[in-house]
Amino acid sequence: MPVVLDAQRIARSLARIAHEILERNHQIDELALIGIRRRGVPLAKRLAHAIHEINHSDVPTGALDITLYRDDLMRTAIAAQPLIRRTEIPFSIDDKRILLVDDVLYTGRTIRAALDALIEFGRPKAIQLVVLVDRGHRELPIKADYVGKNLPTSLSQSVQVRLTEIDGRDEVEVLES
Amino acid sequence: MKKDLLSIDDLTSDEIYLILDTSEAMREIGQRPIKKVPTLRGKTVVNLFYEPSTRTRTSFEIAEKRLSADTLNIAVASSSVLKGETLVDTALNIEAMQPDMIVMRHASSGAGHLLSRVCRSRIINAGDGMHEHPTQALLDAFTIREHKQRIEGLKITIVGDLLHSRVLRSNVRLLTKLGAEVWVSGPSTFVPSGIEQFGVRVSADINEAVADADVIMMLRIQQERMSGAFIPSLREYFNTFGMTKARVAKAKPDVIIMHPGPMNRGVEIASDVADGPYSVILEQVANGVAVRMAVLYLLAGGVEVD
Repeated sequence: MPVVLDAQRIARSLARIAHEILERNHQIDELALIGIRRRGVPLAKRLAHAIHEINHSDVPTGALDITLYRDDLMRTAIAAQPLIRRTEIPFSIDDKRILLVDDVLYTGRTIRAALDALIEFGRPKAIQLVVLVDRGHRELPIKADYVGKNLPTSLSQSVQVRLTEIDGRDEVEVLES
Repeated sequence: MKKDLLSIDDLTSDEIYLILDTSEAMREIGQRPIKKVPTLRGKTVVNLFYEPSTRTRTSFEIAEKRLSADTLNIAVASSSVLKGETLVDTALNIEAMQPDMIVMRHASSGAGHLLSRVCRSRIINAGDGMHEHPTQALLDAFTIREHKQRIEGLKITIVGDLLHSRVLRSNVRLLTKLGAEVWVSGPSTFVPSGIEQFGVRVSADINEAVADADVIMMLRIQQERMSGAFIPSLREYFNTFGMTKARVAKAKPDVIIMHPGPMNRGVEIASDVADGPYSVILEQVANGVAVRMAVLYLLAGGVEVD
C-alpha cells in the first residue's frame, strides 16, 4: 500500500508547522507542547526542537495518556482493558497556550478525551490542536489548527504513522483493511 | 484476567506485571491537583467488611473514588448480619441491587470463593481469614520493584506470625512466582506445617534468615486470631524475633524494611527500625491506592468468558 509521507516530507511538514506556531503565537514563553500517547509524544518533542532551531526558545513538553478518559471503555463485556501509560506534565498549564499534538486526526474522539483530561490539570489560556495527518470522518465538532497533511481516506482504510522513536523509521502509510 | 481476584493463583506472571505497570500510571493521578478520572463512572462498588480495617478499606475507597465509581461501605457492626443473616443471603441481597464489584474482607478463609460462586458481580478479596490478601501482596511487589527495579533473584525474608498470616500466603505465592528467593522465620509454633512445599526456605534462626537479605518483611503478631499459647510472652518474642537495628545490620546495606500494618511497636519491630531510614512502611500504604486503582480498572473491563 502507498506510503503517502516519507521521512523527508514528515520533517518538512513539522518544520512548516513550527513556523506557523511562531507566526500565530507571539508570547513564546506562554507556549507548551503536550503530546498524546503514544505517537503524539515524539512529535511534540520534535516540534519543540524545531522551534528551538528557529529562535532558540525552549518550549516545555509533556505527555498525556487519554485511556482513562475514552468514551468506549467498558462498552463491551469481552474486550480486555487497554494498556495505560504514564501522563507526564511536569509544569503548570495554568494560563499557558497549550499545543496539543497527535499523529492522526480521525473521529475526534481522542481529542475530546484529551481536552477533558487536560482541563483537569488547570486552566490554560488556550488550547490549539496540531496533527501530522487529518484523514477526515469527524464524529465530533473538532478541527485542527495546524495540519501536516490533509489525507482524504475511505472508512475501510486505516492510516499508519510510524516514527523513528517508536517504530524505527519515519513514514505514513495508508492501509486497505 | 479472570472475573474475580480471590487469590494470587488467579494471576499469571504477565498479569502481575500488567497490574504493576498499570499501577505506575495510576500513581500519577494521585499527584494531580484534581485527583480523579472518569473511568469507572456509573459503576457501583460495594465494600463489604466483616472484619475491622482502616488501611485496606480506606485505600480501596480512595481508589474507587479516584476512578469515579460510586462506592458504598457496609460495616458489619451496623448491618443485618447482627440479626443472623448468612453471608450468602447478605451477598445475594446486595447483588439484587446490581453492584458491579464487591470488595470483601471476612474472617473465614475461602469466604470470597463462596461469594464468587453465587454472585455475578466481580469479587475482590480484601483478606479472607488465614488464606489470602492478594492486593497487599501486589502493593508489596510494587514497592519492592520500585526500590530494587526487579523481584527475580532477590532474597526476601518474611518474619513473624506466619501461621495466621494471609499476607504471608499471598506474598509467598506472588514472590516465588516472580522468581524471588523467599525465606521465612519465626517461632516453630508459628511455622505452618508443609510451608516448604510453597518453595520457601525456613529458618528458626532469624540471623541466618536476614543475612544478606534485600528485603525484610515483618508480620504482625495477630493476638485476635490466637486461641492458645503460641509464644511465652511478647517481650520474649521481641528478644528472639523482633526486628532491631542490630538484626537489620546483618542484611544488605540497601535493605528495605516492610510491614503490612498495623504495627505492634516493641513486639515484632523496634520503633527506631519502623521509623528508620530503611523503612518503606508508609510508602507501602501510599502505593496501595495506586495498586488498587489498577486492579479495579483491569477487573472492571473485559474478562474472558469461558
